[in-house]
Amino acid sequence: MQLESMYQEIILDHYKNPHGRGLREPFEAEVHHVNPTCGDEVTLRIHVEGDTIADVSYEGMGCSISQASISAMYDLVVGKTVPQALGTGEHFMTLMQAKGDPSVAEKLEDELEDAVAFAGVSKYPARIKCALMSWMALKDASARALSTTGGQS
Amino acid sequence: MTATASRPDTGARTPLPLDVEAIRADFPILSRTVRDGKRLVYLDSGATSQKPRQVLDAERWFYENVNAAPHRGAHQLAEEATGAYEEARAKIGAFIGAPENEIVFTRNTTEAINLVAYAMSNAATAKEPEFRTYAVGQGDEIVVTEMEHHADLVPWQQLCERTGATLRWLGLTDDGRLDLSDLATVVNERTKLVAVTQQSNILGTINPLGEIIARAHEVGALVLVDGAQSVPHQPVDVTELGADFLVFSGHKMLGPTGVGVLWGRYEVLDKLPPFLTGGSMIEVVRMEGSTFMPPPQRFEAGVPMTAQVIGLAAAVDYLQALGMDKVEAHEKALTAYALDKLAEIPGVTVIGPPDTVARGGAISFTVEGVHPHDVGQVLDDHGIAVRVGHHCAWPVVRRYGVPATSRATFYVHTGYDDIDALADGIRAAQKFFGTV
Ligand SMILES: Cc1ncc(COP(=O)(O)O)c(C=O)c1O
Repeated sequence: MQLESMYQEIILDHYKNPHGRGLREPFEAEVHHVNPTCGDEVTLRIHVEGDTIADVSYEGMGCSISQASISAMYDLVVGKTVPQALGTGEHFMTLMQAKGDPSVAEKLEDELEDAVAFAGVSKYPARIKCALMSWMALKDASARALSTTGGQS
Repeated sequence: MTATASRPDTGARTPLPLDVEAIRADFPILSRTVRDGKRLVYLDSGATSQKPRQVLDAERWFYENVNAAPHRGAHQLAEEATGAYEEARAKIGAFIGAPENEIVFTRNTTEAINLVAYAMSNAATAKEPEFRTYAVGQGDEIVVTEMEHHADLVPWQQLCERTGATLRWLGLTDDGRLDLSDLATVVNERTKLVAVTQQSNILGTINPLGEIIARAHEVGALVLVDGAQSVPHQPVDVTELGADFLVFSGHKMLGPTGVGVLWGRYEVLDKLPPFLTGGSMIEVVRMEGSTFMPPPQRFEAGVPMTAQVIGLAAAVDYLQALGMDKVEAHEKALTAYALDKLAEIPGVTVIGPPDTVARGGAISFTVEGVHPHDVGQVLDDHGIAVRVGHHCAWPVVRRYGVPATSRATFYVHTGYDDIDALADGIRAAQKFFGTV
């Protein structure tokens, strides 16, 4: 059974008990992203103070992977600066391109915390987009937030 | 929408009309395994069908023995290639009861629909008066239905945007059928064309085309029938159908990818300007301007997908040897069985007609508490291929208030064992995600 390698316990926990879910005020930018091949959707708001991410709030519908990925991302990025968060996003992207190579996951473990559990997803090309949707939305939202607040990154 | 208990053959395995074991032996891909040695249970023929050896052999035969550009060149190969290509056209035409000069080869259903839509907007600026017959513009209306595949919706939206015409549509009822209560107002004197699918690729519904076509013709509108999911699965005869266009894809009916068919009533095709232009479709070319061949050549610019057309003719032979009546009866028996099997699983809801009345074998379903993607992933782990998502019919999933569905579709090699595997796989998904 290969399923467990993708659906790690941590992923299922995030899916069933998502962290930070719900749309909150205040926010500087709100984005809506969809995955046109499957119809998964997320609305994501970002609140920055200076260049620190004070809150990320979201509503979405989609599969366990897409929903758990947002929840794990929330844990990772709130409290970080925007450049730090985007750097983490780059690491997550690297993990998604690893084609299941365990050495990549090992190296990224400290940086990605719970999100390293998504390593198994990288073996399933059709699901990588599900895991990446939240990170794409974050990148988009933070760029917009910084351009409206005039923050430097 | 739950299955009714009124079906007489509840849960019964009536003997299947087709010899599934013998047919499976013709499909090389069905002998491979997936996901660590599991038997491939292919329930995604609605997206694209698998190909029997006879189709693959026909393509190979063409390339190894005849290959040349048809309708070009005076050498023996060119002659033979032209002969094979035109014979295939006649055979594919006969399969739907049409003469060969009404069969236009396209890349797929999508391109066939675009061909008609672009011809209708090109009509407005055609220099030949007869090519302006079917021009559309402001004040005109195009009618579709809410259950159309994106391929039979977006090209009409775009035609309306290019020409200023208005798009209208027939809605759906809660049990997955067309709502025809406002047919007489939606299809009216302003309607220029009605585009409707014969079998829904997501709901499985078979539509009452007779009533729609009668109304359309009463007001002088053309009718295009999307046969992508009907021509592969039931007998279709264009004379009985009475529409003006029928479109379908070779790859969904055991044929190769890269070939589709536009059937059009000759009198209508003859008055349409070309969509794509270039070689093979011209009559006379001068630097100042060109004239065009009559149909079907007018609509086949460039060297065609010759080998694929030969392969599609072999697919038609294969289906005709089985008998389309039997193919239809086979899928009906499977559909009845599958609807019963799914109804037995708590938490599973079928989106679409709950029984086999006016229904084909596309069965979309949701599993309470498990997203369709995750259902598909667990099924895949069991070697079962289904489609998940919105099935290129986004308005339909929206209409029924679900984000997406999982969909199983059947074909000539599908047996009861495949459906048992599906039911077991769904139960495994429920267990894995802890909903039972
Ligand atoms: C009902 C229907 N119409 C149109 C299409 C488009 O067919 P193709 O992708 O082969 O152009 C499909 C399938 O994809 C379909 O199921």
